[in-house]
Amino acid sequence: MTLEFLVASSIGVLVAGGIYLALRGRTFQVVLGLTLFSYAVNLFLFASGRLTLNAPPIWSKTVSDYADPLPQALVLTAIVITFGMTAFAVVLALRSFLETGSDQVDGDDAPCAPGDGPSADARREPRA
Amino acid sequence: MSLTAHLAIAPIVIPALAAPLALLLMRRTRHLAVSISFASCAAMLLAALVLLNASADGTIRTYALGDWPAPFGIVLVIDRLSSIMLTLAATMSMIALIHAVVTRADRKGWHFHPLFQFQMLGLNGAFLTGDLFNLFVFFEVLLIASYSLMLHGQGPARLKAGVQYVIVNIVGSSLFLIALGLLYALTGTLNMADMGLRVAALGPDDQGLLRVAALLLVSVFALKAALVPLHLWLPRTYAVTTPAIASLFAIMTKVGVYSIIRVVPQIFGDGAGAAAWAPAPYLLPAAALTAVVGFAGVFVARNLSEQAAYAVIGSTGTLLIAVAGWQPDTLAAAIYYLVHSTLAGAALFLVADVVARRRASFGDTATPGPVFSQRQLAGLLFMAAAIAATGLPPLSGFIGKLLILESVFDTPGWGWAWGVILATTLIGVIGFARTGSAIFWKETPPTDGARPVVVSKADMAAPAIAIALLAAWSIGAGPATAYGAAAANQILDAAATARAVLGEP
Repeated sequence: MTLEFLVASSIGVLVAGGIYLALRGRTFQVVLGLTLFSYAVNLFLFASGRLTLNAPPIWSKTVSDYADPLPQALVLTAIVITFGMTAFAVVLALRSFLETGSDQVDGDDAPCAPGDGPSADARREPRA
Repeated sequence: MSLTAHLAIAPIVIPALAAPLALLLMRRTRHLAVSISFASCAAMLLAALVLLNASADGTIRTYALGDWPAPFGIVLVIDRLSSIMLTLAATMSMIALIHAVVTRADRKGWHFHPLFQFQMLGLNGAFLTGDLFNLFVFFEVLLIASYSLMLHGQGPARLKAGVQYVIVNIVGSSLFLIALGLLYALTGTLNMADMGLRVAALGPDDQGLLRVAALLLVSVFALKAALVPLHLWLPRTYAVTTPAIASLFAIMTKVGVYSIIRVVPQIFGDGAGAAAWAPAPYLLPAAALTAVVGFAGVFVARNLSEQAAYAVIGSTGTLLIAVAGWQPDTLAAAIYYLVHSTLAGAALFLVADVVARRRASFGDTATPGPVFSQRQLAGLLFMAAAIAATGLPPLSGFIGKLLILESVFDTPGWGWAWGVILATTLIGVIGFARTGSAIFWKETPPTDGARPVVVSKADMAAPAIAIALLAAWSIGAGPATAYGAAAANQILDAAATARAVLGEP
């Protein structure tokens, strides 16, 4: 099994799982889906500089084969941005759940299953 | 470098400095923070006008950040189109800020002014950058600011719509990154001008991937522009947003349109092999459908802000019908209509707010209510905004639609374009007439004990400015179309842009 096959198939599995979860109706699953999806995207960006083994990271005049440094910088930026965005989405989803009593992404007022909602107990009792 | 050369980066630096200052001053001396916000918008407008004037001679100015030469560093590119967009963004920011301060919408949360400035930072950056990854970063800046601004004022309706808006845009950003990764893997560059040159040199094996990347990238821009079928996030989001901010958001969909206009001729132009004009065949049907869906929404909307949101979708559709021609004259018409439709969309949101503030519990719903104060004046503003949004004379929408109809006449599929534009105009007129007559002409007896809301006329200033600018855009149509035509020619001449950006003779 080659390195390319491994990386490509793991990106594929992550994307498939991410898209499946992102299409679900509840915010928690959607957020998890977005996380998986952004992992896949980060790996993909990383691989866009080609997969190389044992190559120096930065160009030097003595070597002809080096790892492309730019995708690493891009991935770093992308990680920071998606991390921030995901954190925002989590807080927003939680806030929306507490304020509207529904964690449906499509905003319908579908009541949650019994015990799902922000019950009075959950809000009152301090967590151990 | 002289000071004027550094002016190119002023539209990014000004809000970047104003935002933290406003943040620091907001709690102690609110008035100072508000003045800083106004001063920043005025400075942006001034800088944009100077750049607009400087770009009029047709030179493409570049600004290498950190003095790293293109294509290795990030460059800002100032040509006619980006100057037009910068001026438009600064004007819109001024109008939105005036309305927010006059209606005290900025006092509903602590961080209105800093977020507003960051929003402008993202918008200006997206209009200026000549680097694809940098475009992504500025998209994220304007998105994160827009998430918070959209939630400004809070409440369950905003939170619900906000969850959808944020999730849709995070998925969109991820797709943007995939397209970027593909393009970087294929060409080894992120500079748009350089990428355009390298795409032409790709071998036959890579053409399929290039086509995928082109379509994916344009899909992401179409999501931002709310093109059918990627428009579903917009109506609910814009309808619940604080109107002063929604009026600024009218330019956010135009960022998507701008990116399509910028990227397609530059990267996927004639030389791009299998990907040459790859998105073009899909753009016209999608745009026509967008116009139909948008104005159908105007027809059935239950309240004015929802109607304004659908009018934004409809105008984007009309705009992209012109863009989809990819000829100099269709693009020129599109640029003229782009400015018009942004101002008209903003005017609609502001008028909706003016009405909602006076009707107490009736808000801006399209149902008859008791007579409210300054009804005739508000009705006049609504009529002017509706005339602008549907494209009736004498405001600039009429000239814009006329230019589009005339320019698409030579392109394939012109029959569809004509049919859609004319039919949607009729539907739009009927839709606005319906809501307008319900709100301004019909009345119900006042409910007992409810005193009429007394509001000063000051909140009519911002919509009046927007409408005055539309009138000015109509009167100045001659020079405006000339500038737009020159901008369109400049955009379509990708080789000249590449020479200017990469500094080759």
